[in-house]
Order: sequence, then C-alpha cells, then structure tokens
Amino acid sequence: MTPADLAAQAADLAHQASVLAQNAAGVAAVVAQNAPPAAPFVYLFSIFVLACFVGYYVVWSVTPALHSPLMAVTNAISSVIIVGAMLATGLHGSMVAHVFGFLAVVLVSVNIFGGFAVTNRMLAMFKKK
Amino acid sequence: MNQSLTSFAYLVAAVLFILALRGLSHPTTSRQGNRFGMIGMVIAIAATFLHSGMDWGWALVIVLGVAIGGSIGLVVAQKIKMTALPQLVAAFHSLVGLAAVFVATSALNAPQSFGIGTPHHIHTESLIEMSIGLAIGAITFSGSLIAFAKLQALMKGTPITFRGQHQLNGGIGVAILLLVIAFVASGGSMVLFALIALLAFALGFLLIIPIGGADMPVVVSMLNSYSGWAASGIGFTIGNLALIVTGALVGSSGAILSYIMCKGMNRSIINVIAGGFGNSGDAAPVGGSNSEGKAVKHGSADDAAFIMKNASKVIVVPGYGMAVSQAQHALRELGDLLKEDGVEVKYAIHPVAGRMPGHMNVLLAEASVPYDDVFELEQINNEFATADVVYVIGANDVTNPAAKTNPQSPIYGMPILDVDKAKTVLFVKRGMSSGYAGVDNELFFRDNTMMLFGDAKKMTEEIVQALGH
Repeated sequence: MTPADLAAQAADLAHQASVLAQNAAGVAAVVAQNAPPAAPFVYLFSIFVLACFVGYYVVWSVTPALHSPLMAVTNAISSVIIVGAMLATGLHGSMVAHVFGFLAVVLVSVNIFGGFAVTNRMLAMFKKK
Repeated sequence: MNQSLTSFAYLVAAVLFILALRGLSHPTTSRQGNRFGMIGMVIAIAATFLHSGMDWGWALVIVLGVAIGGSIGLVVAQKIKMTALPQLVAAFHSLVGLAAVFVATSALNAPQSFGIGTPHHIHTESLIEMSIGLAIGAITFSGSLIAFAKLQALMKGTPITFRGQHQLNGGIGVAILLLVIAFVASGGSMVLFALIALLAFALGFLLIIPIGGADMPVVVSMLNSYSGWAASGIGFTIGNLALIVTGALVGSSGAILSYIMCKGMNRSIINVIAGGFGNSGDAAPVGGSNSEGKAVKHGSADDAAFIMKNASKVIVVPGYGMAVSQAQHALRELGDLLKEDGVEVKYAIHPVAGRMPGHMNVLLAEASVPYDDVFELEQINNEFATADVVYVIGANDVTNPAAKTNPQSPIYGMPILDVDKAKTVLFVKRGMSSGYAGVDNELFFRDNTMMLFGDAKKMTEEIVQALGH
C-alpha cells in the first residue's frame, strides 16, 4: 500500500466520520425536540419523598382545633387531579378518554368548589372572644 | 404554552397548597391559607387550559363540566349542616377516588395525551404507576361510600364481621397485586385493568364494613390519606408535579390524623382496621341501679342550674351526643348566662370526640363559642381539679376512669379527661346505657356525680330557663 493510498483511505474515513457526526447531531436535535423534558422516575420520586416530609411537618403544626377544616381543605386540594381529567378531555386522545375525562372533571369540580367553600364556611365561624 | 412555563405554574400551585395547610396552624391565619389554596387551584387549572394541543371545542366541554360540578359543590357546601360534616367529607373522598379511576382509564385509552406512549405501547413504568393509582383510587371510592353510608345512618354503624374476613381481604389484596403484575406484563390489557378495578372496589367495601361507627374518625382520616396516595399515583402516571406534591401532602396529612386518632383511643391502627370493636350499646332502662345494685343520684334541670350558678368555674365536656341532638347553641346560651353571673366557663375537647377530627371544635365555633374558651385534653386536664362543676354532655367513654384503673377494660390505657377530679360532675344522658366501648362508667355511681336524664338539647335548654329566673 502506497502512502498515497493510505492518505486517500484516511481522507475517506474522516469524511465518513464527519457525516456520521452530523447525522448524530441531527438525531440528537430531533430527540431533544420531541422527548418530554427529562422527568425520569427518580426525579419525580425525589419530589414526592421531599413533599411527604414537608407534609409531615406542616400538618403537625396544624392546631387540633382546625383538624376538620384541614380534612376539608386537603380534600379540595387533592382535587388538583382535575389537571389529569382536563388533559384527558381536552387533548386529541380517544373518545373513551374524552368521556371518562369529562366525568372526572365533573366529579372533582364538586370537590374543588365544595371543599374550599365548606372550609371557608367553617373557618369563618372561628372567632375570638 | 411553553412546557417549562407550565411546569413552573404547577410548582407555584404546589407551593400555594403547602401555604394553605400552613395557614391552619392558627385560626387567625387560616382564612388567608384557604385563599392561597384557591389561588393555587386557579393557577393549576389555567396552566392546563394553556397546554399545547388543547382543543378549544373540548375546552368548552371542560368549562361546562366545571360549571356543573362546581355549582353542585357550592350548593352542597352552603346547605350542609355542620353536624353532617363527617359524611360530607367521606363523600368528597369517594369522588377523588372515583376521579382517579376515571383518569387512569383515560390514560390507558389515550396514553399519547399524557406523553406516556401510544395505545398498546405504554411505557412499563407508567403502567405500574397507573395500576397503583387505579387500585388505591378504587379502594378509596368504595371505602368512602361505606363510611358515608354508616355516618349518614343509611346502614347500621355496628361492625359487620364474619369468619375468614381477614383471610378474604388478604386474598383479594394478593390477587390485586398479581393482577397488577400481569397487567404490566401484558402491556396494558383492558380486561386486566377492569379486573383490578373491580377487585379494588370490593376490597374497599370489605375493609370498611367491619369498622364500627365510633371508629369513623380513624376511617375518615385513613380514607383522606388514601385519596392523597391515589392522587400521587396518578401524578406519577402523567408526570405532573402539582399532583405528586399535593398527593404527598394529603397522604401524610391523613396518615398523621389517623395516628392522632388512634393515640386518642390507645389503639393501634391495625386494631382499628381489623374492626369489630364496640357493641351497639343497647339502652338499658332509666333506673336507679345497675347490676351491682349501686344507686345513682339523679337530679333535675333546676338542681343543675342551682349548682352551676353557685360555682366559680364550670368545664363543659361535649361529645358526639351533643352533635346528635344539636345542643351546641343551647350550650352556648348556657355558657353566656353563667358568664354573666361571673362564672368561668371553659370547654374541654377529647381528641376522638365526635365523628371526625376536630368535629366538636367546629360545632362549638358554629354556635359562636369563642375558640379561646375551647381547650384540648393536654391543655386542660390539670384544671379539672380546680373546677367546681363539670358538665358532660353527650360524652361517656372519654371520661371513664376505668381507662386508668382497670387493666381488663377494653378502653384501658386510653387518655381520658379527668372529670372525676372536679367537685361535682353533671352527666347529661338519655339513659344508663354504656358507651361505645360497651363498658360501664363507674363515674355514674359516685357521690359527687349527678345524672341528668334526658335529651342533651332539651336538658340544656331547661337549665338555661332555670337559670333565667
């Protein structure tokens, strides 16, 4: 093999490598565009665990006299599950998703409005001397 | 709307929800907290409307759904009697549970809407999360329905027990677990999904029927906790931060309340869930003696009024009986009259009084009793020794000294209000029936106890009249 051949092969390889690199960059860009923002399980689970700790300390600081309003308001806020119901109803999924999503929206709306309203009604009753 | 902006909105909502709970640390900050909660909810809903790909036609359908559900919720919240709060909360829990089931169903049918794959090609991880959310949601739903039925007296509050109950529940639990594994392995089979839902509904039902009426504070707290975990499960499925955080908050809140309630009865959560505690407390005829032939002293409203008027300190101990007969307003009138006469009036609340945590506090607040007159067990228990009169209205087991003195008693070890230390104990009761735990209260037979037989509300009103002149 002459040095000239070697040089030619090297040039060819280099060209192939650069094409591959370009392809890879292109693929990476497409992936980056289409992939949901990184939300791997571990990441969500960390948030969950930390939130449990926050919940633990916050709830222990609630005065026992207000335990009933606490239940009512936790009820209202757990209805933030309406987010899932809305996505099911409003995005182009399937008819089943639209229907069940809508039913869920109605159910948790009872909870959201009812929960906050009854909490408010209770809290308004607590008066000082 | 930009994806990271949406996530940010959910984060803000989650923080506002934390502040909503934080506000409840004191009555003065509580209403502001509730407003934070509402703002958080509005932000979360608004952010979801702006989600990319939201179809505006269907968005109108959502608005319609919110309007329907919202108006029902508002009307119910305004109409509900405060004595019926426990069943309202139970009903609300069931709605969250059912909604979790519905959202899981939608996610299985339209996974692309939640970015968890395409139909029949859903990420394994999401299938696991989905089935967990589904199972807990279904248990919450049917369990809460039973709790509601018991609290609303649609079914008897007495425990329903049968042989092999725990084995059956255990078996169903294992079956659900196996079905979840099969469901995930099948890549999302609709049939297995439906089976999980059905078995979980059955389990929720079976878990609550053996639990008696007065254990409902624990049950309602426990279901509160479940509804949170169900929400979190769905949050993991659809990768939503607000839902995960809120679910965790609610889940731990319910767990802590269950713990507090169990401690208030000196029972383990396992013992409560196992159920079968307490009998129906069939009323014995009103009479002067019990089986041991000891006599009780009973008096009239006039006697009670006379004793109270001459006291310098009266402590009121309300229980579930006060709620049942709606005596809180008459009770407040009584307190007002005594205060006018210069008598010091305080209220002592046992942690498990009523049918949900904090129930008595709300009822007294409803009757305009100032909250700084109302005390928890640890705060006031030392004061009974200095009280001239204790007015026990609708409570029984939480005053029973047997909890301290009789190791054989089913309530032994339960923290009690030391009403026996007061100079005189006035007991308003309909008859000589034992309390929920089915044990005699030796207090009835003490020399310094006077029984006032009658309905709690009527008796209190009569005392008010007697005080009037």
